[in-house]
Amino acid sequence: MNRKIEDIKKINVSKPLKLDCGKTVKDFPLAYETYGKLNENKDNAILVFHALTGDQFVAGTNPITNKEGWWATAVGSGKAIDTNKYFVICANVIGGCMGSWGPSDKNKETNQSFGLDFPVITIKDIVRAQESLLEHLGIKKLLCATGGSMGGMQLLQFCATFPDKSFSAIPIACSASHSAQNIALNELARQAIMADPVWDNGKYFLKGTQPKNGLAVARMVGHISYLSEQGMQERFGRKLQEKADYEFSFDADFQVESYLRHQGNSFVERFDANSILYITRAMDYFDLSKQFKGGLIDAFKNQKTKFLVISFSSDWLYTTKENKDIVIALNASGADVSYSEISTDKGHDSFLVDEPEFLKTLKGFIDSMYEKFKNEKRI
Amino acid sequence: MKKEFKVIADLLPNNTRVLDVGCGDGSLMNLLVKEKNIEVRGLELEKQNVQECIYKGLPVIQGNAETELYQFPDKSFDYVVLSQTLQAFYNPDKVLKELLRIGKSVVISIPNFGYWKVRTSLLFFGKMPVTKTLPNKWYNTPNLHMCSIKDLFSYCDNQNISIKKVIGVNEDNTSLINKGNLELKNFFSKLGIFLIG
Repeated sequence: MNRKIEDIKKINVSKPLKLDCGKTVKDFPLAYETYGKLNENKDNAILVFHALTGDQFVAGTNPITNKEGWWATAVGSGKAIDTNKYFVICANVIGGCMGSWGPSDKNKETNQSFGLDFPVITIKDIVRAQESLLEHLGIKKLLCATGGSMGGMQLLQFCATFPDKSFSAIPIACSASHSAQNIALNELARQAIMADPVWDNGKYFLKGTQPKNGLAVARMVGHISYLSEQGMQERFGRKLQEKADYEFSFDADFQVESYLRHQGNSFVERFDANSILYITRAMDYFDLSKQFKGGLIDAFKNQKTKFLVISFSSDWLYTTKENKDIVIALNASGADVSYSEISTDKGHDSFLVDEPEFLKTLKGFIDSMYEKFKNEKRI
Repeated sequence: MKKEFKVIADLLPNNTRVLDVGCGDGSLMNLLVKEKNIEVRGLELEKQNVQECIYKGLPVIQGNAETELYQFPDKSFDYVVLSQTLQAFYNPDKVLKELLRIGKSVVISIPNFGYWKVRTSLLFFGKMPVTKTLPNKWYNTPNLHMCSIKDLFSYCDNQNISIKKVIGVNEDNTSLINKGNLELKNFFSKLGIFLIG
């Protein structure tokens, strides 16, 4: 990993943060990036929460990986979330490895990386750690907050913990409580990392290395779950990888194998194995209904935020049913909620790829919310 | 029929909470928000219409009224509106009961199968009627359970659903319908609008 993390925009969170595990932390770094300009009225700010393996580099070119930002299909000049019009903010989650406080950071007490001495964090911790950023940027109320997958989970937590901090919210392909299937898949990813002898109980940093094999397998598991059965069949089928016939070996004969290996291998260059352990754990612990006496309905009580929940028909990781449960809870609490299911065979990945129907919906909602927000402010 | 929406809007007091079931492209919701400051929600099956509503900034939930009304709590709306859709459900009576559960009152409009043109079409030509309000042929009509104003009237009576107001609608006029003029109005009204519950 050859990143220039020092050049990343960061704030120091000096306010003490009591984590769900009981520990209190302060003076930790929170890395972020912004796109577009905050206007004079400060009413055009959109906060984006990133998913498990995302980072703060939403649009344009990621300066660390030199690849396209993870949501460049949706965010940028002239895109659905138009950065000529809106001010887009994204912070790297704590527990991550793109400049925010995480397990690869130095522990001042031992003068080496935290590794497994890093506290186990939750989605709520991740969201509360980002509160100071809005203060730092001088934003009292967001026009919109959005996020897909784990980003959507952070968003739901954000709305429940800081009600009325955003005029509108778009949770995409997410869940209010992590399902057994998703916990199982995360456990598979973690076990793959821990089974790699290089992992060494999280102390691989002492040797300046990474459990690359385990981390790559963890990523492969993820990639399978982000696609749909139909999408995968259409894209790869039984096509062979640059060969005329089977080679009667265990090399990547099939294109789908080659694809997974490539995804796994390129991932280890940009992500820290311990970060995967910590962030997947945070996802597994996520159950918004458990945080409130009256369950999920209580979590959204007295919400003035206008919601648009979006799900994808072929997403088997965060199913339409799970997304609908959020809609039902929002309805039951009397919140202003819209819901749209996008028909696509692109699976959970749909929110990251060029899916016209989705992008049109996103744009239509945000633009109409901006008009409303401006009018409300005028009154 | 824009007139229908005007009549429905007139039935709904300002500043109330209204659920529009089968809200289409949001025309009625738009009218209610702009002219009556009503807090609206829509439920709509067609994706194209759902997107239309979203573009207009109207809250809409994509879903099927036949199976997904359960998500709205009891009496969570002052009014639930169902415009010209009752006849298209597999189980209109079940849907009607759901509407009455969700809304304190319910406004339903129906294309009137008792309208004289509908009756004469069948009587004189022996063919399923095709009119402006019933534009489809027998083989492609979404209308599975056609009924007349009189049918819905007596259904409500039999089920002990209180009828607060019934309005007959034609191109140029609207008129109040009661038990006394039911036979006549059932003959001459294209559309019936019921305020019940």
